Amino acid sequence: MARMARMALLYLLLTLFAITTLAPFLWMVLTSLKPLEEVERLHPFPSTWRFDNYQQVLVQIPFARYYFNSLFVAAWVTFLTCLTSAMAAFAFARLRWRFRDGVFRLYLATLMVPGVVTMIPNYTLMVKLQLLDSYAGLIVPSAFSAFGTFLLRQFFLTIPAALDEAAEIDGASKWQVFWDVVLPLARPGLITLALFTFMGNYGSFFWPLVLIKSEHLRTLPIGMLFFDSTYGRQTNLLMAASLMNIAPLIVLFVVAQKFLVRGIQMGAVKG
Amino acid sequence: MSRMGGSRARREGWTALGFLLPNLLGFLVFTSGPVLFSLAISFSNWNLQQTVPFRWIGVENYAHMLRDTEFWLYTINTFYFLLGLPVSIAGSLFLALLLSQQIRGVVVYRTLFYLPSFTSGVALMILWKSLYNPDFGLINTVIRNVSDAFHLGITPPEWLLSTKNVLGLEVERIGVARAQWGLGARDAIIIMGIWTAIGGNNMLLYLAALTNIPQELIEAGQIDGAGRWALFRHIVWPQLAPTTFFIVVMSFIGGLQGGFEQARVMTGGGPAGTTTTLSYYIYTRAFEEFQIGYASAVSWTLFALIFVLTWINWRFGNREVHY
Repeated sequence: MARMARMALLYLLLTLFAITTLAPFLWMVLTSLKPLEEVERLHPFPSTWRFDNYQQVLVQIPFARYYFNSLFVAAWVTFLTCLTSAMAAFAFARLRWRFRDGVFRLYLATLMVPGVVTMIPNYTLMVKLQLLDSYAGLIVPSAFSAFGTFLLRQFFLTIPAALDEAAEIDGASKWQVFWDVVLPLARPGLITLALFTFMGNYGSFFWPLVLIKSEHLRTLPIGMLFFDSTYGRQTNLLMAASLMNIAPLIVLFVVAQKFLVRGIQMGAVKG
Repeated sequence: MSRMGGSRARREGWTALGFLLPNLLGFLVFTSGPVLFSLAISFSNWNLQQTVPFRWIGVENYAHMLRDTEFWLYTINTFYFLLGLPVSIAGSLFLALLLSQQIRGVVVYRTLFYLPSFTSGVALMILWKSLYNPDFGLINTVIRNVSDAFHLGITPPEWLLSTKNVLGLEVERIGVARAQWGLGARDAIIIMGIWTAIGGNNMLLYLAALTNIPQELIEAGQIDGAGRWALFRHIVWPQLAPTTFFIVVMSFIGGLQGGFEQARVMTGGGPAGTTTTLSYYIYTRAFEEFQIGYASAVSWTLFALIFVLTWINWRFGNREVHY
């Protein structure tokens, strides 16, 4: 009896938390389907379901363009970050060289530097290189990650070094060891890093905000910000846009949550 | 491996440089270089609008900062936002404890709780801005309905429009005033932050740590007749110490840098500057007023603050951790 009461309490608490978590999302979905004049009314359900609100968003602002920009930039940043981080991680985890531990400690130390510290000099650098307001300016500075190097190094260290040595005895070069032995085995780590990088960059706000001036280069977060400040009264459309904004993330999470959860748990436990 | 000769190390050195180079170049140009560069220009009067000629001015920016009331008020705001951390971390632990019981549908609950954290960003902030609308928002609607139903006579808070706060901090000077006591914009942002973070990474970390606790320890405790609370207090909590320590350190580092998006998207730093954190202040100084020198000085001060607090955490927190 006591056990049943305890389980009932447990499920009650879990359900309460789930409702608190979901209520704002539910409100967002319902509001995105309402006619404008019903947005401020208390009744939760729309009198007519306005699915064309979603189409309206695409007509009123270049939302498809923002989508493309965000996906394009995030995809490039993810590809470059994974490549450069994996190569560097290989050097830290598998090769012996003189200043290795010192350089690695320097990498780790910069993880503590607040983004705003590097943001200002990077902005002035972009001004000098005339990369303001360009895709290159959005992509290149984000393509080198100390965190990614750290994460992949931890992954590489769990792969037995005996495999490398066996390959080298068979005459493989270091590059072949990296590309044909270590990388395939580190695939879960790479997928984790790719997901983190992609999701982080997809939602990135500060850098595109200061860098981008032209409308056709705006990424989703920036587009959303301007949509909010110009059409802020159209709450139904705003909610439709917000939902379209987070939809890819939800899909990505549901598909890949195994990698994400493990990555989060592993990246931190052995910090 | 111990027999490794010097020549092999030297040979691998060049290979290593090859592997490292792409990342290292980017690291030098976009991370470590800028850190040093920003320290240097924090001693200059550099202004991107070039209304005044460039000049090295020594510590003048830092001296000016100490006299800048705004800087101090925004520092207080930055720390005020940390008030949410204990609630959020304790909440994550609580959720992890619930999920670690023998229940059905763990993955479903876990996914639901994690939803706000992986979709967080501008879109969700815009959502919360409408939830907080004092007249039509979902939150005040619920409060008003509950209040009417039970005849409680509650006046709902003005949320993002109000300078009130749970500590009663004054707006224009450093002090406490009774009239300021209540719920306002800062608290609204904290509540949103707790909602976002409670089922996020911290919960997952605690969940992993909980499953790693050796079952023998728990059983030994049960044999000794320990109750639920004693079991948690004397066995589970000490085993979680390294995780708690990690979470606290990371939360401090993140929290002190935070508040930028919220201010830019939801409040514009207002009302009356009450939601302006140091990051947002640095942004406005650098990218709206183009005072690159002064903004760099403030950003280095923020860096120093984070560094010192992390050091204190390591120095005194680590002692409490028994591996």
